[in-house]
Amino acid sequence: MERVGVFICHCGSNIGAVVDCARVAESVKDYPGVAFSTDYKYMCSEPGQEMIQNAIREHNLNRVVVASCSPRMHEKTFRACVAKAGLNEYMFEMANIREHCSWVHAGRNEEATEKAIDLVKMAISKVCNNEVLMKGHAPVTKRALVVGGGIAGIQCALDIANNGYQVDILERTPSIGGKMSQIDKTFPTIDCSACILTPKMVEASSHPNIKLITFAELEKVDGYVGNFEVTIRSKARSVDMSKCTGCGTCMTKCPGKADDEFNMNLRKRTAIYTPFPQAIPNKPVIDRESCLKFKSRKEGKDVCGVCAKLCPAGAIDYEQQDELFTERYGAIVMATGYEQFDHSIYGEYGYGKYPDVISGLHFERLVNASGPTQGHIVRPSDHKEPKTVVMVKCVGSRDPEHGKSYCSRTCCMYTAKQATMIRDHCPDTKVYVFYMDVRTPGKLYDEFYNRTREEYGVEYIRGRVSKIYQDGETLRVKGEDTLLGRQIEIDADMVILANAMIPNPDSERMAQIVGIGYDKDGWFTESHPKLGPVETHTAGVFLAGACQGPKDIPDSVAQAGAAAVKVCALLSKDQLETEPTVSKVDNKLCSGCGLCVPVCPYKAISLETIQERVAGKTIERQVANINGSLCQGCGACTVTCRSGAANLKHFTNAQILAEVDALCQTIL
Amino acid sequence: MSDNSVKTANDVAENFEPKILVFACNWCTYAGADLAGTSRLQYPPNVRILRVPCSCRVNPQFVIRAFQRGIDGVLVAGCHPGDCHYTTGNYYTRRRFLLINRMMEYMGIDPKRFHTRWISGAEGPKFQQVVTEMIEEVRAIGPNRKLRDDMKVTVNTDDIVASVEADTKVVADNV
Repeated sequence: MERVGVFICHCGSNIGAVVDCARVAESVKDYPGVAFSTDYKYMCSEPGQEMIQNAIREHNLNRVVVASCSPRMHEKTFRACVAKAGLNEYMFEMANIREHCSWVHAGRNEEATEKAIDLVKMAISKVCNNEVLMKGHAPVTKRALVVGGGIAGIQCALDIANNGYQVDILERTPSIGGKMSQIDKTFPTIDCSACILTPKMVEASSHPNIKLITFAELEKVDGYVGNFEVTIRSKARSVDMSKCTGCGTCMTKCPGKADDEFNMNLRKRTAIYTPFPQAIPNKPVIDRESCLKFKSRKEGKDVCGVCAKLCPAGAIDYEQQDELFTERYGAIVMATGYEQFDHSIYGEYGYGKYPDVISGLHFERLVNASGPTQGHIVRPSDHKEPKTVVMVKCVGSRDPEHGKSYCSRTCCMYTAKQATMIRDHCPDTKVYVFYMDVRTPGKLYDEFYNRTREEYGVEYIRGRVSKIYQDGETLRVKGEDTLLGRQIEIDADMVILANAMIPNPDSERMAQIVGIGYDKDGWFTESHPKLGPVETHTAGVFLAGACQGPKDIPDSVAQAGAAAVKVCALLSKDQLETEPTVSKVDNKLCSGCGLCVPVCPYKAISLETIQERVAGKTIERQVANINGSLCQGCGACTVTCRSGAANLKHFTNAQILAEVDALCQTIL
Repeated sequence: MSDNSVKTANDVAENFEPKILVFACNWCTYAGADLAGTSRLQYPPNVRILRVPCSCRVNPQFVIRAFQRGIDGVLVAGCHPGDCHYTTGNYYTRRRFLLINRMMEYMGIDPKRFHTRWISGAEGPKFQQVVTEMIEEVRAIGPNRKLRDDMKVTVNTDDIVASVEADTKVVADNV
């Protein structure tokens, strides 16, 4: 006999101002199965929860419906609440009358109340069909994978490793280090970026709990929280890592040349290369696109081979192939970072046309002592020191028309930093900054910005640049000073654009591989914008750094630490509770057709042979068998099953049809 | 029954407020509808959302049952292809409801009454737009009268026999 308790929450005025909660409670009082119904100001509050627990005892309730906010918000809260009063936590349903009702039907109180009544009736009808379910248990692989070896990935891996767990860092490029290794100085302290990053890189590479998997790609992720099965493609380095000593002799005579990506193509590198001198692992790879040997092989010849001749360790291996291997992990942290916005869509800034219009990251390489100019700030075109530099902010940021609608958060500060660096290196050079707004939230950030203006004499002009064009040797920058309301023209020697941050170009593909969400711009979606900043909606997958949204180094490091804590909390368990909301098969109905087997994305279904006694004889036949710890509860098999033998617990056919019927009963 | 309580077809059409059932997948569309809520995006109160783990959990039987019980429109909505939380669930949904669409059209259900849409957790405005458009469309075509349990027509078998005989005669004459 069902005895349902119904509790309607006002959520202060969030629901109560639109939905007549007392009327909702009153109207379902005599609904089949309902034994008790009431309304209250805040159901999730302590007195609210107590009220539910008391009602369960007093009225001998065996099922509970709470009509309040989204179950994505408070389902856990109320499940725990009813469990405390002795009910099975799956004998509970929620009706969403806030996000799906009061908030979207403001001012339409009558219709919203009718709708709320419908939603509550649907929940009551469902809960009457709920069954007692018990959570299962699955073992945990005590090892984590961090995807991306930038500062966020390194920090996260170090934090996990220092807690005593094994962790692998998967990095796509030949070396860990990420964007931070390309940056010269960091704001607001003007620390040398490499000086604070490389010790961490070394620590990660020498840590007994950390394994680096560089020059490798994520191919496939199977499994589930605690037991991910990850397929990794180790790209052919053409260098035997076990033999190479990292002496660097091979690079000295290599005749193949290519654009040096690490130095933003400001100079050339050899075909066999390490991206930068402090690279870790400090062992080279052959870039097969620009290697003479591999190029000649395409034409049916086989030339060069200088590096193999030079290598004292015999480590060069031209025949190496990509290798696929599979590893098991308990948790995955995504730390895939960001890229620079491609500003070539802004024709008015002349990028690509004028060599002296560069991006912020170009400037970082220009000013870096190990960069292409040994740290001298010179124009890329004629290598002369610029006397006037114009910096343009918000290139791609805050421009929903052509670029991105969001603020990239870091540009105001790195522009200020670069402006002070120009003034430091070349005291005679004038620096102008065109800005829309200056946004400097962060410890010592606004102080830094003020110093840039007041002590370093950098001139900030509020307004947009409308056109940049070459006039002889100089770049003429036309813009508007919106504070003075006049047009401005500046003859500049160099223009630095503060490009927006965008997600890694294939972040969407990565998200699909791992099975996490991403937003309209491609940033990975956290499970809650405020309360779940490092978790994703996929259990066991966490986020660190700029892959979740534009972030500077301190924020990336902080988030990496937070993700590490979540990973450690997961790995510290010997067993994980598994959701019981999985599929089951009724052997009596199953004909063993096997249609459900290929449909299952988790390979959780197999055919097994059972013995049955039919008409006095023992016969053998096949039925589908579902592995409850592999099944994730999508329900694909239930619809595929012709005989209706497969059913999804907690979302059974009976439960869903009861909801449909409850909704429609007012129509007929 | 007094004359006053008898509604004419026109009366119904004028005051008609359709009722629409949305099967929303837990991971994308339900979250998208939640986002519409937290963003306070307003839409007409004619929709009722039923949460399912994945759009592939929606058995066509559920949709047909809803039409039998008199619902005016059904929307099945899930993650965009490629974004399914369960990797491939929405591909099944896509194929399944491509076929079911045709079947329902064959059964005489206006295709405007049934839609499959992809709405992600970041697409609150899209949820608002899709349901608003659907409500307006269904409002324009009026109440669902097909399949309804309460509208089963009692058939006079004599008429059928007569019409079949007439048809056979036409065929025979032509031969």
